[in-house]
Amino acid sequence: MIHENVVCPFCGCLCDDIVVTTEDNQITDVKNACAISKSKFLNHHVNMLESALVDGKEVSMDEAVDRATEILSSADNPLIYGLSSTECEAQRHAIHLAELLGATIDQTASVCHGPTILGTQDAGCVKCTLGEVKNRADLIIYWGCNPAEAHIRHFRRYSVFPEGLFRKGRNEREVVVVDVRATASARIATTFVKTEPGTDFENISLMRAYLKGKRDSLPDELRDLVEKMKTCTFGIIFFGLGLTMSKGKHLNVDAALRLVRDLNEFTKFSITPMRGHYNVTGAGSTMAWVTGYPFSVNFALGYPLSNPGEFSAVDVLARKECDAALIIASDPAANFPAEAWKHLADIPTIVMDPKVSLTTRIAKVSIPVATAGIEAEGTAYRMDGIPLRLKKIVQTSRPSDAAVLTKMIEKVRA
Amino acid sequence: MIIRNGTVHDPANNINGEKMDIFVEKGKIVDESDLKDTREIDASGLLVMPGGVEIHTHIAGSKVNIARIMRPEDHRKDVVKKTQYRRSGTGYTVPTTFTIGYRYAEMGYTTVWEAATPPLGARHSHEELMDIPLVDKGIFTLMGSNYFVLKYTEEGEFEKLKNFVAWLLYATRGYAVKIVNPGGVENWKWGKNVNSLDDTVQNFNVTPREILKNLARAADELHLPHSIHIHCNNLGSPGNYAITKETIEMLAPYRRHITHIQFNSYAGEDWATFTSGGSDIAAVLNKSKNVTCDVGQVIFGDATTMTADGPWQHTLFKLSGNKWANSDVEMETGAGIVPYKFKKKNVVNAIQWSIGLEVLLLTKDPYKVFLTTDHPNAGPFYFYPHVMELLMSKKKREEMIEKVHPLVKERSALSSIDREYTLSDIAVVTRAGTAQALGMTAKGHLGAGADADISIYNFDEENIQKSFQKAAYTIKDGVIVVKDGNVVADYMGRTYILDVKADLSEEEKRIFSKYYTVQLANYPVEDAYLPRKEVVTCA
Ligand code: SF4
Ligand SMILES: [Zn+2]
Repeated sequence: MIHENVVCPFCGCLCDDIVVTTEDNQITDVKNACAISKSKFLNHHVNMLESALVDGKEVSMDEAVDRATEILSSADNPLIYGLSSTECEAQRHAIHLAELLGATIDQTASVCHGPTILGTQDAGCVKCTLGEVKNRADLIIYWGCNPAEAHIRHFRRYSVFPEGLFRKGRNEREVVVVDVRATASARIATTFVKTEPGTDFENISLMRAYLKGKRDSLPDELRDLVEKMKTCTFGIIFFGLGLTMSKGKHLNVDAALRLVRDLNEFTKFSITPMRGHYNVTGAGSTMAWVTGYPFSVNFALGYPLSNPGEFSAVDVLARKECDAALIIASDPAANFPAEAWKHLADIPTIVMDPKVSLTTRIAKVSIPVATAGIEAEGTAYRMDGIPLRLKKIVQTSRPSDAAVLTKMIEKVRA
Repeated sequence: MIIRNGTVHDPANNINGEKMDIFVEKGKIVDESDLKDTREIDASGLLVMPGGVEIHTHIAGSKVNIARIMRPEDHRKDVVKKTQYRRSGTGYTVPTTFTIGYRYAEMGYTTVWEAATPPLGARHSHEELMDIPLVDKGIFTLMGSNYFVLKYTEEGEFEKLKNFVAWLLYATRGYAVKIVNPGGVENWKWGKNVNSLDDTVQNFNVTPREILKNLARAADELHLPHSIHIHCNNLGSPGNYAITKETIEMLAPYRRHITHIQFNSYAGEDWATFTSGGSDIAAVLNKSKNVTCDVGQVIFGDATTMTADGPWQHTLFKLSGNKWANSDVEMETGAGIVPYKFKKKNVVNAIQWSIGLEVLLLTKDPYKVFLTTDHPNAGPFYFYPHVMELLMSKKKREEMIEKVHPLVKERSALSSIDREYTLSDIAVVTRAGTAQALGMTAKGHLGAGADADISIYNFDEENIQKSFQKAAYTIKDGVIVVKDGNVVADYMGRTYILDVKADLSEEEKRIFSKYYTVQLANYPVEDAYLPRKEVVTCA
């Protein structure tokens, strides 16, 4: 069977033109996808979590969900974490469950683009959809990100190469890469600006001062860059973890957001974060419309309260404040600092995941679920905020995240 | 259900304060002879009205949610605890979805319209509407700077334009054509704007005047239940009452609704000479046919301005120095968000405050002018009861005028107006009139066949604001959802959509696939986002 216009659930580009062939309910061919996507689609059936587990023993799905709900209900301060690699209905149910439990809920933005959100809360954000870039941009700047390896089709679909309404293609655009080393992305750039690690805040602040006429001199490369920005017709900065997770963190982003604000005195300029997990933008969206806050929320008082640093998962774990955890579509044991993931191993941890992961290995309860975007429908939000409908292309007997969470909610309320 | 012995204000059926019974069966108002369910609500001494119908508010979708994300400081001071029936959430100017549903219903409102959805973000708006409980709802679709609208206006291809409008309403599951600063939003994509009805849109040889006329004609010929819904050019600028007047007049004889007209009723040359143009606008409304408006009444205190009018939001960012979000959407539209505070002692803010009331009080026919705060642009919607009090009491207005900047007495006619709204006037500007303008025949009245959306208040003439703040009962489809001002049921309202059908031509499909970044097949909003849809026939 051939499935067209499939939305790729593997990165924030959310390419929606993938053609997937299935034979006997197995993915056998993938067209239009990048190498990462293709390999993930084709290996979809590999490494599956075959059965529900409690303490490493196979149990029925119902038993696992019962046990999970008991653990969460009897905990004083449970933590729910993950969300960015599942669809929005599941996210909405997870938030509801957190509310009922008086839990802390956090999503993966708190370890990647959390500083982007903090910067936005301070300065606002002048952004646009990716099609605006394709149709209009004559200056494209990638700052602290490497799409050639992490968002492989970004250049081709959205920014550098495509023909747009008012741009014929690559030769009508100037491309700048700013980074601490010459990445694969730097190779397609017209100009590569190499910066010293940890100097983004300083550099951007100098550029702002120069732009405002409060400083006459700048290092050549930065001055040339500001001049390009000022004189383009439609400019865009895409930025990644190089900016958000290096020294300065949210101050770097804040400075970049303000630089773009300033540039709009001269020309049209926007800025957009390169979000990694395919639905991390959706996780921020659903959390914001249900609680007011996009991440790091606590419900202990019966209403939502947010404070990154206090209610962010890594900190809650490192301080050993939670006494049970529910991990949804995420693998913190693989990417959290040791002091954080070790606490996950010490408390009863429940994992909902289609696949075996490092976190399922340390979990007390593992619940195999359908993979959103392959085995379950739902909404995902692209890095620029555009919502798309994920497709179900493989049949499974495993329940979706949303279905499992609905069951947990029913049990908690009973 | 029998609502026994209430004092009923149902102006659409010429019932103005009569003591009578209302009968409800299976979610509808019925005649006594059709009644089977004989449970009773004793409404003696209580005021009974149709459920409130909100014609213009910003409650769901990308720009509302950007505002929530951007304003944590807004939420902390107004928290909502969960109860047995109610989800938790936060207020204040940009409340969370559940809180929005509860606060409207607590005030006796049962239908609300999200007024500005970018087509590409329609799925998002509908997904948020799924988390707004209790009330009926739907969206207006932004079209004033849409690529195809500009293209067909330029080419003089009206039939193609009309077909496209129908298709876009279908694809977005929208209910009305929303137009924001026509042409100006496209120009903003190059950092520019338009300033008159005859300015040219860059790269398209069209003017705001042509865009407006074409869309007004299309909406009429498609028999859409609501007219075009216009946010005029030059919003927010001194002297802009002139373009508002010109827009209303040049669009005759087409139907048109001018939204948050307060923001477009300014006289004076600049900020120093800023004066009310409210009386002039009321005069235009009084002599024009087929025109309605809502006011966008200013509420002193915190607001969050959010609109597709990107260039105006950039200006407001510079005027206020507050944080600024902008969000342009390929091929279609844009948005800007800036927090703002309306201050009593600020002369411009005080005059803005007076203008909404002036227009409401000087427009003779209440079926032409409706109460809104353009939530949350001029203030949060749950301040409506405060505005109702000002409309009904000259004394309360005088008290307020004493508290605001003294120049209001010179630069606005407000202090000279004696009119006081009756309860039936209130029912028109919040219910009967809005329902009629929206073409919602089962809303805004209590005649047999209407939806059993009913609000019941413990009305006290000395405490008008308090009376309307919390309904004694709000009944939705015959279900009591609010009692004594508290939410007592978990209930999901309908989403209203149209039965329009149209296809894109091969040429349109080709353009779409070339210049959008999503596949055409993934563009129309699926039924999964309409758990309870109500399809309205265009006839
Ligand atoms: S770029 Fe991202 S969304 Fe596109 S195909 Fe590759 S992994 Fe999927
Ligand atoms: Zn509005």
